[in-house]
Amino acid sequence: MKETIKADRVVDTRGLLCPMPVVKAKLALEEMKPGQVAKVLATDPGSRMDFPAWCNETGNKLLRAEEEGKGLYTFFIQKAREV
Amino acid sequence: MVEKKETKRVALVASKGTLDMAYALLIIASTAASMGWEVGIFFTFYGFDIVNKRKVHRLKVASLANPAAPLPVPNILGVIPGMTAVATWMLRRMMKKQNMPTIPELLDLCRKWGVRLFACSTTMGMMSIKDEDLVEGTECAGAAAFLEYASKAQVTLFI
Repeated sequence: MKETIKADRVVDTRGLLCPMPVVKAKLALEEMKPGQVAKVLATDPGSRMDFPAWCNETGNKLLRAEEEGKGLYTFFIQKAREV
Repeated sequence: MVEKKETKRVALVASKGTLDMAYALLIIASTAASMGWEVGIFFTFYGFDIVNKRKVHRLKVASLANPAAPLPVPNILGVIPGMTAVATWMLRRMMKKQNMPTIPELLDLCRKWGVRLFACSTTMGMMSIKDEDLVEGTECAGAAAFLEYASKAQVTLFI
């Protein structure tokens, strides 16, 4: 049974293509506090590889990446303690 | 505890002033900036139009000599007056349909995130571009200054 992750904010990037999913995520995280979690919804197939890489570079933590059928990807990203 | 990593840097050369190449450039630049990288772009030759206030809003793409252009006509017809406008209109429409930002919007985003814009001083002189034509924040630089900047970059691309 998967643990539920509580998101502080939902970032909907469905229908957007690169670079907009990471751009929207960045803009949302800029307004959030360290430790808070953003739930990012995406349909861009490139986002599957982009978000792990983006989190690796920014230091924000990718808590979970999920793929629901029909090309919907969900990423839970926790804002880094220090950016 | 997040490990403090050394800031990465990407140095880009923008040598083309067509709508498609401006997208390629600014997508890479804005993505790198979103990752917290330092980004510097050296605008030279036709790439200069991207930081020219009077031109950045109306970049074009030609179908002529561009066999990959998605126009349903033989490539040679690209010489007909108006074909560049048609190709440009088509690309703009395709981008809009995908909810992509415009070039000025992407450029504004890059500036908000601190992307440095270097204007090639030779191109300025050659094409008689004045300081007031430049997008705000653009720094006039020569190749030496850019090379010094690029020498500290992990990624360098010529677009």
